[in-house]
Amino acid sequence: MVGAGVSSSYEPVIGLEIHVQLKTRTKMFCGCPAEFGAPPNTNVCPVCLGLPGALPVVNRSAIELAVQTALALGCDVHNRSVFARKNYFYPDLPKGYQISQYDRPLATGGVVELPAKDGSGVRRIRLRRLHVEEDSGKSIHDRFVEQTAVDLNRAGVPLIEIVTEPDFSVASQAREFLDRLKRMLEYLGVSDCNMEEGSLRVDANVSVRPAGSDELSTKTEVKNMNSFSQLEKALESEVARHVAVVNSGGVIEHQTMLWDPARGEARPMRGKEEAHDYRYFPEPDLPVLELADDAVAAAAGTLPEMPQEKLERLVRQYGLPAYDAEVLTSTHELADYFEAVARLTSDPKLASNWVMVEVLAVANERGSSISDLGLEPERLAELIAMVADGDLSHALARQVLSGMVESGTSAEDVINTEGLRLIKDSDELERWVAETQAENPAEVERYRAGEVKLLAFFIGQVMRRSKGKADPERLRRILEKSLGSDPSEDSAMPDTG
Amino acid sequence: MAEPPTRTTHALREELRSRRLRVGDLLRTTLSAIDASDADAAPINAFITRGGSQLEEQAAALDRSFDSGDEARPLAGIPVAIKDNISVRGMPTTCASRVLEAYEPPYEAAAVRRLRDAGALIVGKTNLDEFAMGSSTENGAFGPTRNPHDRGRVPGGSSGGSAAAVAANLVPLALGSDTGGSVRQPASFCGVVGLKPTYGRVSRYGLVAFASSLDQIGPLGRTVEDTALLLGVIAGRDRFDSTCVDSPVPDYTETIDAGVEGLVVGVPREFFPEDLDPHVEALCRAALDRLEALGAVIRDVSLPNSKYAVPAYYLVANAEASSNLARYDGVRYGLRAKDVQSAQAVYRETRGMGFGPEVKRRIVLGTYGLSAGFYDQYYGRGQQVRRLIAADFEQVCATGVDVLFTPTVPGVAFRLGERINDPVQMYLSDVFTVTANLIGAPAISLPIGDHDGLPVGGQFIGRHFQETVVLQAAWALESTISDRPLTGGV
Repeated sequence: MVGAGVSSSYEPVIGLEIHVQLKTRTKMFCGCPAEFGAPPNTNVCPVCLGLPGALPVVNRSAIELAVQTALALGCDVHNRSVFARKNYFYPDLPKGYQISQYDRPLATGGVVELPAKDGSGVRRIRLRRLHVEEDSGKSIHDRFVEQTAVDLNRAGVPLIEIVTEPDFSVASQAREFLDRLKRMLEYLGVSDCNMEEGSLRVDANVSVRPAGSDELSTKTEVKNMNSFSQLEKALESEVARHVAVVNSGGVIEHQTMLWDPARGEARPMRGKEEAHDYRYFPEPDLPVLELADDAVAAAAGTLPEMPQEKLERLVRQYGLPAYDAEVLTSTHELADYFEAVARLTSDPKLASNWVMVEVLAVANERGSSISDLGLEPERLAELIAMVADGDLSHALARQVLSGMVESGTSAEDVINTEGLRLIKDSDELERWVAETQAENPAEVERYRAGEVKLLAFFIGQVMRRSKGKADPERLRRILEKSLGSDPSEDSAMPDTG
Repeated sequence: MAEPPTRTTHALREELRSRRLRVGDLLRTTLSAIDASDADAAPINAFITRGGSQLEEQAAALDRSFDSGDEARPLAGIPVAIKDNISVRGMPTTCASRVLEAYEPPYEAAAVRRLRDAGALIVGKTNLDEFAMGSSTENGAFGPTRNPHDRGRVPGGSSGGSAAAVAANLVPLALGSDTGGSVRQPASFCGVVGLKPTYGRVSRYGLVAFASSLDQIGPLGRTVEDTALLLGVIAGRDRFDSTCVDSPVPDYTETIDAGVEGLVVGVPREFFPEDLDPHVEALCRAALDRLEALGAVIRDVSLPNSKYAVPAYYLVANAEASSNLARYDGVRYGLRAKDVQSAQAVYRETRGMGFGPEVKRRIVLGTYGLSAGFYDQYYGRGQQVRRLIAADFEQVCATGVDVLFTPTVPGVAFRLGERINDPVQMYLSDVFTVTANLIGAPAISLPIGDHDGLPVGGQFIGRHFQETVVLQAAWALESTISDRPLTGGV
């Protein structure tokens, strides 16, 4: 962490600009599909091609998604906002201007709270504004020799731009903020938030100042980060560059830096490419965007529970540790799944363990989502109940879970077809115990001499012999008796996990 | 060859319906009249593109439907000309600019679609000043249009081709576009009727944008009634134009003869300046006397801020134009400079060769007026003046004034080339027309007499969406004028 070396003298000041593609069926100002991945220049029409005489018409569902997002972020949604033209020439910008919002954005204000990792309160990241705009097309430089191709499928796809105040003083905070923001956007269902496909794009403003000062120094803009971890690296690198320049008596120039992930460094864009006067003016083709108070209130009423609220409720309602709630709320889907299971079981913590450890592990192994596993909450709850009732050991239950996902059947079916039932038959258990003791006379001696922790060793040996099917409770009693130990002695169950 | 029809649309409709005239014949005489008007040492040059073979099929279909007696659409079989900045499928849209070389729109303007639905025959695309920027139809890539009344003179502009086509009896009806007077000023110069509807009355979808907050498509016709008929067809809400207003469209022809008894006609003193051409002034005063004789109440009024209308207009219009014309960059359609090595060079060379001098002048001025540090002083100030003029107008209306009456243009058609090198003089021919665009109000120009054989127009400006009142006033005044030039001497 670069900050460590400079923290005594300089403090980074970082702000973010986030572009989020909204998950609408059609584009911002026309009826073309907004989907990603169609053959080049097929999702286009006179409007998004910028043909002479074509006019934009606002996509109401894009506005609804933007309003929901603004409300979820605690922004002030304005009754009247104004679309504006941002004028610049670029081959993938068909009209020669982008329809955006300028001095009258859809929403302003808002706060995202970042709980400190060490539990020492929260850091408040203030939002400056949230506005709606259209995306540009894509310039493709690597498809034809010495020529640039333009794909206008993306031109006109709805975006929101979220601008934060420069409230980050460490690169990792920016990343943490983005994790939270992304989670919220996914909860809202407003965006895919896929940085690879470009549905989430982040630029940053960076400057440094003497620690403790509240002056703002010259900032640079850093672009072209294609993942959160690249963003963190880029910010650290740019902060280090600022500090180095200032320390050597130099002056930071106001410029745009392009992050090169391959080289791990940011390079300045040439001055000519960034010398823009966008000549904003109100878009005369669109009326003022009016949102009545009751429409905004109605949108607020339909907001889903946000991650932080859900996390706090899971702790409260199910008595879960904060860590569990954090993991379970990482996606909306996972949290919903947990709650469905928890409602059917008597032990929410056990349900939490199974969902966040075992089920997630199976999902990760298969690279699929929870819903793709086809593991209905009712069936998982049955399995958990068997464990709670002592009908299955944890180890056996994991095998059963795996079989359930494999076959798409119930725990009962898997147990029957694969013979995974717990062996409780005393004769059989006693036979295994006797065999085990006969094979390990030295350990028996040591145990009897007082080394009682060897009980775990014997349990393990018998378990191996039984292929994990021995009922651990009974086995333990039989072992203790057979080894002649004092049953009041406290010894640990083997950790089969 | 038969004479081109000089009848009004109403008369033509009657002849078509009674089958004394067939659509096929009307089409052929129309197309040959267009050809004849250009086969001259001093061609009128009203058209850039003449309709093709698909017109014959349309005409035949229309004749069949007339023959079967079930053809009742308002413009069935009527030839209509379209200004060449309005998108028509199957024909190029040039805007009289080289930059749109070989561009053919894959879609149709909402107004044109309505014309087709009403049975009209789109016979061709008319000449204009490049991108509708001009007042003489001399600023185009395809030569000037000549005034049918005097071929040494301009027809006005920018809808000079449409006005000349109607005046020369080539077509009974035409569409123009009016950003600062581009329908009314040529109507005045050519002795026809031209109307700029309320902003939002007619969809702009498919009209190539010049200044989006001012542009309106407007009808031109030989009579007020014909113009009203055409307006009724093209007006109304369109979901592809968000600035188009959802306000009911009355039958403008039904009440057109309601008269002006009790109508309060405001005469804004700023529109009768001391240096106004005395012949124009005299014709306007005579028109007011006739209106008064018909029962109208004539009242002197004032729009004090209208004296800033021309500068405000050019600040706003040029700024919007600079943005609207950014899309002509050589990347997707139209002209593209060859043998250039960078995107910047494509822009520079394409735009450098594609645009004419007047368009370039306005792009430069408009870009400047929107630039950082100049916005408030120029574009912002223009918009401010707009609001002040609108407030003046509101105030006058609040005193009970129904319509304003003014000259359309301070003079008659000027000579070809007379003002081409004097942009300020050229811009001043818009002095009485730009106000209606700045405030978004409907306005009509109709012939009120002539001076030395050249038509003079008078203008009514009405309240928003009160086209009915404007048309009634114009119809009443028109009915008092018997000697207005109906034909343009073809």
